[in-house]
Amino acid sequence: MPAHPKLAAAFIKDKDRAHWHDQSLWFVRSKRDKAVNQLPEWELLREQASKIKSYVVSHLPDLLEEFEKNAKAKGVHVHWARNATEHNEIVHGILKQHEVTRVVKSKSMLTEECHLNPYLERHGIEIVDTDLGEWIVQLQDKPPSHIVMPAIHIKKEEIGELFHEKLGTEKGATDPQYLTEAARQHLRQKFVGAEAGITGVNFAIAETGGFVVCTNEGNADLGTSLNKLHIACMGIEKLIPRANDLSVFLRLLARSATGQPITTYSSHFHGPAPGAELHIVLLDNGRSEISGSDEFRRSLNCIRCAACMNTCPVYRRSGGYSYNNTVPGPIGSILGPAKDAKEHASLPFACSLCGSCTDVCPVKIDLHHQLLTWRKEIRVRGLLPYSKRLSMKLMSWMMQAPSLYRFAGKCARSIVPHLPRFLLYNRFNAWGKQRELPDFPKQSFREWMKKNHDDK
Amino acid sequence: MAPKVGLFIPCYIDQLYPQVGIATLKILEHFGCDVEYPETQTCCGQPMANTGCTNEVGPLAKRFLEIFKSYDAVVCPSGSCVSMVKHHYAEYFTDNPEYEALKGKTFEFCEYLTNVLGVKKLAGRFPHKVGLHQSCHGLRELRLASDSEIVGPPFGTAQALLESIDGVEVTTLQRPDECCGFGGTFAVAEEAVSCMMGEDRVHDHEQAGTEVLTALDMSCLMHLSGIIRRQKKPIRVMHISEIFAECL
Repeated sequence: MPAHPKLAAAFIKDKDRAHWHDQSLWFVRSKRDKAVNQLPEWELLREQASKIKSYVVSHLPDLLEEFEKNAKAKGVHVHWARNATEHNEIVHGILKQHEVTRVVKSKSMLTEECHLNPYLERHGIEIVDTDLGEWIVQLQDKPPSHIVMPAIHIKKEEIGELFHEKLGTEKGATDPQYLTEAARQHLRQKFVGAEAGITGVNFAIAETGGFVVCTNEGNADLGTSLNKLHIACMGIEKLIPRANDLSVFLRLLARSATGQPITTYSSHFHGPAPGAELHIVLLDNGRSEISGSDEFRRSLNCIRCAACMNTCPVYRRSGGYSYNNTVPGPIGSILGPAKDAKEHASLPFACSLCGSCTDVCPVKIDLHHQLLTWRKEIRVRGLLPYSKRLSMKLMSWMMQAPSLYRFAGKCARSIVPHLPRFLLYNRFNAWGKQRELPDFPKQSFREWMKKNHDDK
Repeated sequence: MAPKVGLFIPCYIDQLYPQVGIATLKILEHFGCDVEYPETQTCCGQPMANTGCTNEVGPLAKRFLEIFKSYDAVVCPSGSCVSMVKHHYAEYFTDNPEYEALKGKTFEFCEYLTNVLGVKKLAGRFPHKVGLHQSCHGLRELRLASDSEIVGPPFGTAQALLESIDGVEVTTLQRPDECCGFGGTFAVAEEAVSCMMGEDRVHDHEQAGTEVLTALDMSCLMHLSGIIRRQKKPIRVMHISEIFAECL
């Protein structure tokens, strides 16, 4: 896969679409601003959430055992998966045991991370994503481009076209209500026909062994109520210690994500319904390795609200697919390289280090500093392109020798103004493609100082 | 006694924007500082640090400390370079009291005027609509102004100084503190995103009626003025120190 700059440039080529994408996400960011400014205690909530999550990440083994014990006491089957393969095998095993061939799933980035859909499809199981946005991208056979709004990059005209082709809606239909109603009718059949429901987990409570799933469409409730088998898939970092802590996170999550005070549905699952089975699959998949790193541990605080994506000036203009990672944007640019530094080496550089993500993050992950740390890591692992390494070496060498620096500056300032335009502005000069170079002055500041100040 | 100020002029300002260094010097001297420009200074090492090449930064950080440690204050017309020295040098100095002292006495230019010299009102008249670009490192690293992400009372040293000048009207932007897209090597490595970000900032200033675009950082302005000049927009670009000096 090409690196981020190339995929971003391809997305921006359609300037109108890139602007539309930027404005759609900025609208969400603005809604977030309005919502959080109504809470004078917002910064206190962030601080609390950050501390709770840091506690969780540094006490993971104990809290996980506590959660397992309490969940089992409620009659829940608890499974442990080291990696995506194990996760998928466990889920498939449960479904096979119950002879399930039709499954509905509410939104879960974790199952995206494990590529569960294609795995189950290969084993003859129909799996339908029931979150409207995620279902749309599933119909397109594409992954989500955003973790909260999976189809944010698709225009309603394109959805009309897709639904016409896949569901037989009227050609040229663009009315959101009409299209949503069509989706609703179609998905309703899937809900009724499903033999099992898969959900993600937003918060699992160690103290009680229960968990909470947040949705706006109620699809987690419906998908797990109409059948007798519920499989919940969660990353091990999704724990919180006490039921009390939920109030902090539920207030932060939806405000950060969409500017809503709370998600329309916060579904609590404490043990299976009468006559039903409830399974929880706990996935590690590199998380405990991250928890052992002083530099990157804090990235496990993430509650997947996507506020960092909505605020990121790069993400808004380059689109989710330019990151080529299950989780895009700033947090994805930290998690991606943790998984495969070589494959995702360009992501920590897909950032102007503006720091907006750090300030918007409800659990206070120092995102832009972690991205900077990843750049060092990329350099240490020898994954930085040779041209960059060399130019930085040369620059450092020159800057350690003031006379050389003075000489180089003087040469540039006396030569560049006399060069013809085609020598300055060509394909080797990425700066000059859409920008003028500064006017090179005759005199540097230090030369002026010598003449006008120091000799006074 | 007048404070002895070490003038820290970023390398690209030295070579490309001498007028910004001159304006900074004039203002500091106007307010009674005894300013010295140590000749051996070059670059703080930020471009290398932001590329991940920390080995290349170490020697520059050590030089910087040697050159500037003896001054009462180190003042620089760039939030970004100050943030490099104050927030990103720690790994090169373990338990070094000289560095700890340097951190405490290194200031961005407007910060120094406001918080150390106590300047509240600037003289002169500047009858223009001024657009203030909030450079990210001054904003979110040095906290020289409130940003739109954090909930709290609004404040800002640069805006307050600008508004103290007769005739200045600071324009209202749709996105008051979005990044311009310069980002050092990002400007070249991610050229497409960088230029679109810059263009969007310029449009925001256009719709707000900005006549003079200013900022704490000349690097942001180098990028924005590159776009403004290419697109022949009627916006004048000045570093904030140049506005202050023009009013003297």
